[in-house]
Amino acid sequence: MMKKLITFLFAGFLAASACAQETPDVLIQQVTEDVLDIIRKDKDIQSGNTQKVIDLVDKKVLPHFNFQRMTALAVGKDWKKATPPQQQQLTQEFKTLLVRTYSNALTGYKNQKVVYKPFKMNAGETDVLVRTEVLQPGSKPVQLDYSLEKIEAAWKVYDVTIAGISLVTNYRDQFGQEVRNGGIDGLIATLVNKNKSLESNLAKAEKK
Amino acid sequence: MTGMLGALKSGACRGLLAGGFLALALSGPVMAEGNPRDPYEGFNRAMFSANEVVDQYAAKPVAQVYDKLTPLPVKAGVGNFFGNVGDLWIGVNSALQGKFSDAGVDIGRLLINSTIGIFGLFDVASELGLEKHEEDFGQSMAVWGAGDGGYLFWPIIGPRTARDTAGWFVDSYADPVWRVRPIPVRNSLVALRFVDIRASLLPADKVVEEAALDKYAYIRDAYLQRRRNQIYDGRPPRLDD
Repeated sequence: MMKKLITFLFAGFLAASACAQETPDVLIQQVTEDVLDIIRKDKDIQSGNTQKVIDLVDKKVLPHFNFQRMTALAVGKDWKKATPPQQQQLTQEFKTLLVRTYSNALTGYKNQKVVYKPFKMNAGETDVLVRTEVLQPGSKPVQLDYSLEKIEAAWKVYDVTIAGISLVTNYRDQFGQEVRNGGIDGLIATLVNKNKSLESNLAKAEKK
Repeated sequence: MTGMLGALKSGACRGLLAGGFLALALSGPVMAEGNPRDPYEGFNRAMFSANEVVDQYAAKPVAQVYDKLTPLPVKAGVGNFFGNVGDLWIGVNSALQGKFSDAGVDIGRLLINSTIGIFGLFDVASELGLEKHEEDFGQSMAVWGAGDGGYLFWPIIGPRTARDTAGWFVDSYADPVWRVRPIPVRNSLVALRFVDIRASLLPADKVVEEAALDKYAYIRDAYLQRRRNQIYDGRPPRLDD
């Protein structure tokens, strides 16, 4: 019994350390290929089933994202003015907004291929950029880069840059504007309303 | 949405632009809330709203019809054709920025695609590993050290900084498509290129509509980030948080 338990624990430890040693570029590649594989086989997603693609992203992609950090970056210097519950609420709403809007982009998938740029990392680095490129027939390749940081043993994405446009910092001026107009609570209210209106659009689209 | 990614080179409206300059000169810098990156925000927002109307009722519907009716190989051919025409000027700008091996690639692309690629309809050079670059005169001026001069939003051609507006005039002057004669053929080519570019931006429309809290600011900031990325050839130095 004891022996079995130790073997079990040991196996668990091995698996955990294998996980920890996973480099960020390998992580990005695995998740990307995993998700593309599912989309390639799923006719519902290809024909624009938003809820299904959101579920997929929720399960496969989000565990590798650090939304707290993303939100802090998007809010910028006002972040420190927010209380912990406000920060939590901002993070939740911003996450909902990003997932909803950019998951939709995946339903437009048509035979794109992702190329992984050579990656090297110095020992002990905890903040890296993984560069990829999306190739699509008949148009220019699109640069798609991920910023990751190491938190404890795991690498987490905190920014995604498409063709040089950071999805996170692109919100900074808009968020700043909302905070100037209505404070942190004003920004939260705007995000809540935005998500609600997207939700009702989605519901309408499903009914059709 | 027209010209969101700053790729528009149409210039269907130089007169309108000149009018815009006049209005700008009259209105002067609007230093209201004081976004230092957007000194002409009042003017820009007015132009943006006007452009949204033009886009909604003219540019976008036409692009949608084109997108729907044109088979993919034809669309690819159209995109490749104008891409090939642009490679000469891209090569000149690579050279102006001191990137002579890039310039060699650009000219190599032009030679290969114009011949083996049948007048540029097929991008054979990319298949052979000669990567396409994105260069224009605005980027060359930036590399020489010119500041961006403030952000502007123009009808039809969309977002441009002051520097890149000047660059756009030089680009248009050097653009072979504008020199095609007779005039009706030239106009058709210019219009086709405009529609092709607008159609290529259609998938981005929905994302922007959904993602933006303020569409004007979203497009402005995306444009400025994208330009910075182009000027540094895809590897801009990191900004501090």
